[in-house]
Amino acid sequence: MTAPAAVSETKKSTWIWKASRLLASAPASALFGLVIIALYLLAVIFGPLVAPYGEAEVVSKIPFSPWSREFLLGTDQLGRDTFSRLLFGARNTLGISLVTVCLSFGVGGVLGMFAAIRGGWADKLLLSLTDALMAIPPLIFALIVLSIAGSSIPSLIVAIAAVDITRIFRLTRSLSVNVLATDFVEVARLRGEGLSWIMSREVLPNVLPLLVAEFGLRFCFVFLSISALAFLGLGIQPPTADWGSMVRDSAVLISYADFTPLIPAAAIGLLTVAVNLVVDWILHVTSGLREAD
Amino acid sequence: MTDAAETMSGEQLLDIRDLRIEANIYPPGESSQTITVVDGVSLQLRKGKVLGLIGESGAGKSTIGLTSMAYVRGGLKITGGQVCFKGRDILKGGPHAVRALRGKEVCYVAQSAAAAFNPAHKLINQVVESSLMHGVTHRADAERRAVALFRKLGLPNPETIAQQYPHQVSGGQLQRIMTAMALCSEPDLIVFDEPTTALDVTTQIEVLAAIKEAIRGTGVAALYISHDLAVVAQMADDIMVLRHGRLVEFGATREIINEPRQNYTKALVLGGEIHHDEQAPDGVPILSLKGIDAGYGDGRTKVLKNVSMDLYAGQTLAVAGESGSGKSTLGRVITGLLPPARGAITFDGRMLAGRLANRSKDDLRQLQMIHQIADVAMNPRQTVGDIIGRPLSFYFGTGGTENQRRVAELLDQIEMGKGFVDRYPSELSGGQRQRVCIARALAAKPKLIICDEVTSALDPLVANGILKLLLDLQQQQQMAYLFITHDIATVRSIADSVAIMYRGEVVRYGPKSKVLTPPFDDYTERLLDSVPKKEIGWLERVIEGRAMQSTRDQH
Repeated sequence: MTAPAAVSETKKSTWIWKASRLLASAPASALFGLVIIALYLLAVIFGPLVAPYGEAEVVSKIPFSPWSREFLLGTDQLGRDTFSRLLFGARNTLGISLVTVCLSFGVGGVLGMFAAIRGGWADKLLLSLTDALMAIPPLIFALIVLSIAGSSIPSLIVAIAAVDITRIFRLTRSLSVNVLATDFVEVARLRGEGLSWIMSREVLPNVLPLLVAEFGLRFCFVFLSISALAFLGLGIQPPTADWGSMVRDSAVLISYADFTPLIPAAAIGLLTVAVNLVVDWILHVTSGLREAD
Repeated sequence: MTDAAETMSGEQLLDIRDLRIEANIYPPGESSQTITVVDGVSLQLRKGKVLGLIGESGAGKSTIGLTSMAYVRGGLKITGGQVCFKGRDILKGGPHAVRALRGKEVCYVAQSAAAAFNPAHKLINQVVESSLMHGVTHRADAERRAVALFRKLGLPNPETIAQQYPHQVSGGQLQRIMTAMALCSEPDLIVFDEPTTALDVTTQIEVLAAIKEAIRGTGVAALYISHDLAVVAQMADDIMVLRHGRLVEFGATREIINEPRQNYTKALVLGGEIHHDEQAPDGVPILSLKGIDAGYGDGRTKVLKNVSMDLYAGQTLAVAGESGSGKSTLGRVITGLLPPARGAITFDGRMLAGRLANRSKDDLRQLQMIHQIADVAMNPRQTVGDIIGRPLSFYFGTGGTENQRRVAELLDQIEMGKGFVDRYPSELSGGQRQRVCIARALAAKPKLIICDEVTSALDPLVANGILKLLLDLQQQQQMAYLFITHDIATVRSIADSVAIMYRGEVVRYGPKSKVLTPPFDDYTERLLDSVPKKEIGWLERVIEGRAMQSTRDQH
């Protein structure tokens, strides 16, 4: 039959049309953020192809060699190419952040909506558990987990995600409680809908905009805490490249007025700014708030 | 009117000429547009006169009212015309001039007094505030004046009430206190913005009488804004009918009520002449309530007491009463949202479980509900097609083309086209939203629909359309309606049988013709003659009748 296909076709094209309209109306700051994020994504995907040398390849006999044609951004303390490591580091740092945030949003979001909808003892139990977890300072908690489980990438992800889950859980739960008080949820309940429908169709679409905004912010925070842990020596272990440890390893150069260590730091900073610009825009669009002109 | 007042009335107080107000709107995903909210409206008001502004929502009546205080709501801009108050153009005055005007020469009485009072201050302090701020008088005198106004407005124990906080007095009393607040600084003009809309009819009549008395006594001029023509007819000397920001008709109250010229005004005056012949109870009731008790907080707060009633297939049972009568709670009990503490619900020959979770899917399907406020009864992130299509796929498992076909059919039945399938609720008007909610209920092919105040948030003409639609659908599909409403006119136009509730009990129950004809019990009589009629002098007659009644009772 052709009718349904035609309908879905028009639906799809209006969706694309709407998205492009939205993009066209984006302010310059958001476009700037989007461009930066796109560049980072390109680095993540094609970085290893572009990188002139390997991730852990010692290419120079001189540690901390200066910028040159051969080594674009010089070399580090072991004589590895900084530019190549910067590209490889993008993949590690960003990849781990993304996995961590997805994990914390998946678990925290679902638990938050579940607790709000179910209420009663399940809600109380989850609340007390998160309260207990939140009582421990996040960095200390991560340090404890990492020193027990050893600092591998999976335990790093779990340690940071566990801390974030509590916050996402709190946020989603309080947003969901507001949505649940509305009549359309009552209508769904009267219809006899189950937990999964109410969660995915009635509550989720209405809390999603704020969660997306929070996702952007959390992404930056995770990113910063990975870098912080790396700087403390408990993050991603050598020889794997990541921006946090690159800053630490070449930090001494600052004393010689060489700003090479600032480049991975700037990479972190620039992405944080770009993500926040995009998030601001998303919040602005979805909140329906308009500035008076 | 006395001679002195007559001469005073010659003086022009407020003169609005060619007022034009615009607003910027921001449709999602599109560039901003400018719409005209008020378009070339002129009005004149003489001292001591009351001008009624009437129209449906969006007519611009409140916006016009507020410009007489040199105020526009956020996002609106006055782009043309002038507003002269006592001969000076108040739109051109600076902040000082505006401050001197507001609260001293022009006062405002808002729709919801409960939201307009600061809960943290005593009533008396709020009432005298503007008089003191403007240096009209000193504190002791202002308080004396306020208490005198309380007495004049018929508030019980004026001295005690003055020392109370807003939450300690009732809604009707608050509305009267707000009127006292406006009168306290002896302004020349008061803007009443739907002052009784949020009140029950029996309370409304007292507030109306008090306001009218106070206006006449002080010789203050007033703009009286309302959507209810019957109310305005009691209060105003002249009436201005507005629609979509334009003037439809202006005239003396008598002319507007007795010989309206424009079609729109005629429709407002006549109201919806919906006629529904009462049907006699027939066969076995589809819904039968026996001795229902229900309440909140482990039964400590009893809301329903021994409620019994029957509803027959294809008929309408109207449950009428004021706020707090328990009529909405009754709806919650029947739908299973609030399990009853005692009593039995029989539906279609079988006992219904009290708890929603214990009811079968078929019970849920056959018993649908339509909520009062359609805006929040629909998920803003679902399209009309999704909203109507879900009961179809949920109860009958219809998907794909069959689902689309049924949705189109249902949209047809509610007199909306297929074109609405992809729209979101925010892209619909109030009446269309309520229609979509009706279609959603219809989709389940129910035997009984509980309608909880489904028309009370709508403008009268739109509400009439909805009622007509509901009656047509009932004829075609033989559904029963349990119609919860506070509006006696609605009861008259659609019910077969009526239950009148008061403080959780059914005080009167039976076929419509019996319930709505004398002899009445005390409460029903008071309720029925508190409903404003579109007749001049109705308010005076009722108040006089009640005064005579009470003097008779004393003898």
